[in-house]
Amino acid sequence: MGEAYTPGLEVREATFVRKRRILPIPGKVLVKKGDKVNPETKVARANLLGTFTTVDVRSDLGILLGEVKKAIKEWFKVKVGDVVNEGDVLASRKHFFGRRVKESIAPTSGTIGYISDVTGKLHIRAAPVPVEVTAYIPGEVVEVIPDEGVIVETFGAYVQGIFGIGGETHGVLEVVVSSPDEILTVDKINSSHKGKILVGGSLITGDALQKAAKNHVNGIIVGSIEDDSLVDYLGYEIGVAVTGEEDVNTTLIMTEGFGKMSMLTWTFNLLKKFEGKQCSISGATHIRAGVIRPEIIIPRKFVEAVISETEETSSRLEPGTVIRIIRGEEFGSFAKVFKLETISKQIETESKTSVIVVTLEDGKKLSLPRSNVEIIGRGVSR
Amino acid sequence: MNTSLDIDTILATDVGSTTSKAILIKKIMGEFRLVGRGEAPTTVEAPFEDVRVGVRNAVKQVEDLTGIHFLMKDRSLKKGTFYVSTSSAGGGLQIMVSGVIRRMTAESGERAALGAGAIVLDVISIDDGREIHEKIERMRSLRPDMILMVGGTDGGDKIDLIDAAELFVSAKPRPRFGIGFKLPIIYAGNCMIQNTIKDILGESFALRIVSNIRPTLDIEDTEPAREGVHDFYLEHVMSHAPGYPDLMKWTDIAIIPTPAAVGDICQMVAETQNINLVGTDPGGATTDIFSVFDGKFLRTVSANLGMSYSICNVLKEAGVANIMRWIPFSIEERELRNRLRNKMIRPTTIPPDFKSLIVEQAVGREAMRLAFKAHLSLATPLRGVKKKKDLGSLVRDNVKDPVGKTYIDRLRLDMIIGSGGVNSHAPRRVQSASVLIDAFQPEGITKLMIDSIFMMPHLGVLSKVKPDAALNVLTKDCLVVVGTCIAPKGLAKDGADALSITATLPDGTSLDKTIPYGTMEMIPLGERETINMVIKPQSGLNMGKGNGKSLETTVSGGVVGLIFDTRGRPLVLPENDKERREKLIKWYLSLGVYPEKILKGYL
Repeated sequence: MGEAYTPGLEVREATFVRKRRILPIPGKVLVKKGDKVNPETKVARANLLGTFTTVDVRSDLGILLGEVKKAIKEWFKVKVGDVVNEGDVLASRKHFFGRRVKESIAPTSGTIGYISDVTGKLHIRAAPVPVEVTAYIPGEVVEVIPDEGVIVETFGAYVQGIFGIGGETHGVLEVVVSSPDEILTVDKINSSHKGKILVGGSLITGDALQKAAKNHVNGIIVGSIEDDSLVDYLGYEIGVAVTGEEDVNTTLIMTEGFGKMSMLTWTFNLLKKFEGKQCSISGATHIRAGVIRPEIIIPRKFVEAVISETEETSSRLEPGTVIRIIRGEEFGSFAKVFKLETISKQIETESKTSVIVVTLEDGKKLSLPRSNVEIIGRGVSR
Repeated sequence: MNTSLDIDTILATDVGSTTSKAILIKKIMGEFRLVGRGEAPTTVEAPFEDVRVGVRNAVKQVEDLTGIHFLMKDRSLKKGTFYVSTSSAGGGLQIMVSGVIRRMTAESGERAALGAGAIVLDVISIDDGREIHEKIERMRSLRPDMILMVGGTDGGDKIDLIDAAELFVSAKPRPRFGIGFKLPIIYAGNCMIQNTIKDILGESFALRIVSNIRPTLDIEDTEPAREGVHDFYLEHVMSHAPGYPDLMKWTDIAIIPTPAAVGDICQMVAETQNINLVGTDPGGATTDIFSVFDGKFLRTVSANLGMSYSICNVLKEAGVANIMRWIPFSIEERELRNRLRNKMIRPTTIPPDFKSLIVEQAVGREAMRLAFKAHLSLATPLRGVKKKKDLGSLVRDNVKDPVGKTYIDRLRLDMIIGSGGVNSHAPRRVQSASVLIDAFQPEGITKLMIDSIFMMPHLGVLSKVKPDAALNVLTKDCLVVVGTCIAPKGLAKDGADALSITATLPDGTSLDKTIPYGTMEMIPLGERETINMVIKPQSGLNMGKGNGKSLETTVSGGVVGLIFDTRGRPLVLPENDKERREKLIKWYLSLGVYPEKILKGYL
């Protein structure tokens, strides 16, 4: 018995989903435990420090370094905490027998944040920038983390993608293709799709994605995309797989990868089943230790009976476990584990690695590196 | 804790960001040898959030393999076990450097932070071309583990340092871990204003003052800053990481960052063998380069050049053409890009076929080439030092500006050590040799070594207390001698004579041959075999003695042997695609890099 090296993606028809909604800095929580929320409910708020501008008063007034402390007492007209407007006099000094005045003028509005008695410089801090966190999913506040945020829970379907771009959004789910291997082409997108989450099959073409963004489609879920179409859409190339902050109209989630790949039939059928329902999606992907995958959350009414609709799959790699091949010629194929080899075996590249023997759906046996399979987390869970 | 150094059993772990690796070293017949190894996923994150779980699992594998028990019933480490560890979990140690002049004090600060095993998130200086508000935004967004503040010689600049300190107070940058903790700052600048810096920063930050990194322009003393970084790493970074406070109680000496330990062992090898070396460790997310040249140690890390998580950043930085140039089969740019993206999103998968393997090894060449290029830009003499110049040097300097010229001379580089998956796990050792040669383009005579099972971090930390044990295990169980690369510097015409070789092989036969320019050739020579050789390069080519001058030397073999690379330096590949692929196939065939059947199928 052993573990799959690659954690599989979750494709669950019914599960409890909990989302942490946390501020980047301490602030105020706006809801309480038990409150019902919708995706746009503001659950917490904080004020980020405004940026600041440095003013070299010593230079403006011609003060010697050793005289800064004295100068602050005599010539500075502001102190830490004072609010100033652009054009206000911060300090002034008479010279030339009192007939001329040297002044230091505030170049911007804000609050005096710091005055240096060594360098004679001061900092004017701009107004704080408010930051708010929304609930993102409809549901109930099940926990309040004081000064930080909340945990919102909902019951529904939960599907993870493999890679995405764009932030959190929500909308009504609409399937615009008839099968998981159909390409989402430009002609399948129209103005009625504004604000919706569209589901494609295999590939989305570059022009279809551009049109979706132009038509303000909130999100697109597809099997795959060509890398160059993604570069065209973003206007730049993604180097490191940390996404979610892209400035795009339409959040994109791929369930399979790059190049033409059909969407997993399970995933497609599940999304099809919930067509017309509200869903929340996020394209944020962090492929590092502590991996974050893009996600699709479709809230549904909690019914105990739902739990027994489908069987939970095994989470361990053992004979009989259904796996999916995630690299090589057989990419995307389902197979059943036939045997786990106990010693490392040589594969085609002459590399020695842990290997499993699987039975494909057509009965053919195949020997594969364990690292190149995944267990799909499907079924239901509580 | 065991304080006695009279020990014969050593347990060592390296807690990596994804895997925790344990090794067991024992004294057998009077010498220290590796007797067991185990590894398990690192458990610093949810659901475990206790690093000891992964460490115990790795140690358990060692127990199962050797029958020696280290874990008690309560899952703690048995008393009396001599235990050391390194760590790079949770993204390693992340530092922001603040200096005054970018190419002088700030660069010294960067070298100190890198030498301490850190990833340098950014280097902020007064001449970095950014507006103050941009620097403030950057400071706030970075969230480093600590800041290393340098600048000014002793008694020199103070205003810019005070400005920088005041900027920190107003910008209020936050540490990566722990809301409410004070961000650590190490001050290693002008010693004359230490009290002023204390007054400004002492209240808002966890401040440590150490002696100046550049007390004068011609001295760079990075050691106090490096020690300060390590102390803060234990006190402020590790102590906040899940499970580390307890793990720290288990170890007999302080836990150090993994790259710092690898740097220590590289220095030890260079010192004991009195050689110049370069070490490379391309990982999933980053590529480290270490060098010890004329006794001077330098480590750099290219934070986003890696073989899995960051593979597409190699694509972005190298450009698709530079990756494609190493691939001997025809492939569309779009297909290559999609392949690399798919590796990025499923980083733990391994190449199942030769095409995938060749593509990944092509990326490995480019990741290391770019990382070495970045390394060379920091491997420079101290800037700002006034030099006495004669008339001749003034003329030469006008012709070619020497500022920024690296002190690493490939002709005097004696050894390259390759670590990381692309080197250590290559199915054929000659593949590692080929990748290292293409990435580093060594000149003259260069020995090639591979860290066979990624033990250098363990041995690096061990070298601090048991250098004899570390060295013995390193040479006998860790490093694989791949062979020696013999490559003249310079360019010539394809097919022209490049090298004339005269030698007597270990079996007594004479070797007297001429190697044409533009080829790769291999002569088998065992790891413990050495031969005396006279190498005569043709005019325009240099083996280290000058253009066209003969070199008489002793060369040793390895699991591959002697590799003669007469493709020229710098290495230029044909622009014509067909011609380029044919050449690659010829070179790979002559060394046996990939199976003949596979390569001939690409023709």
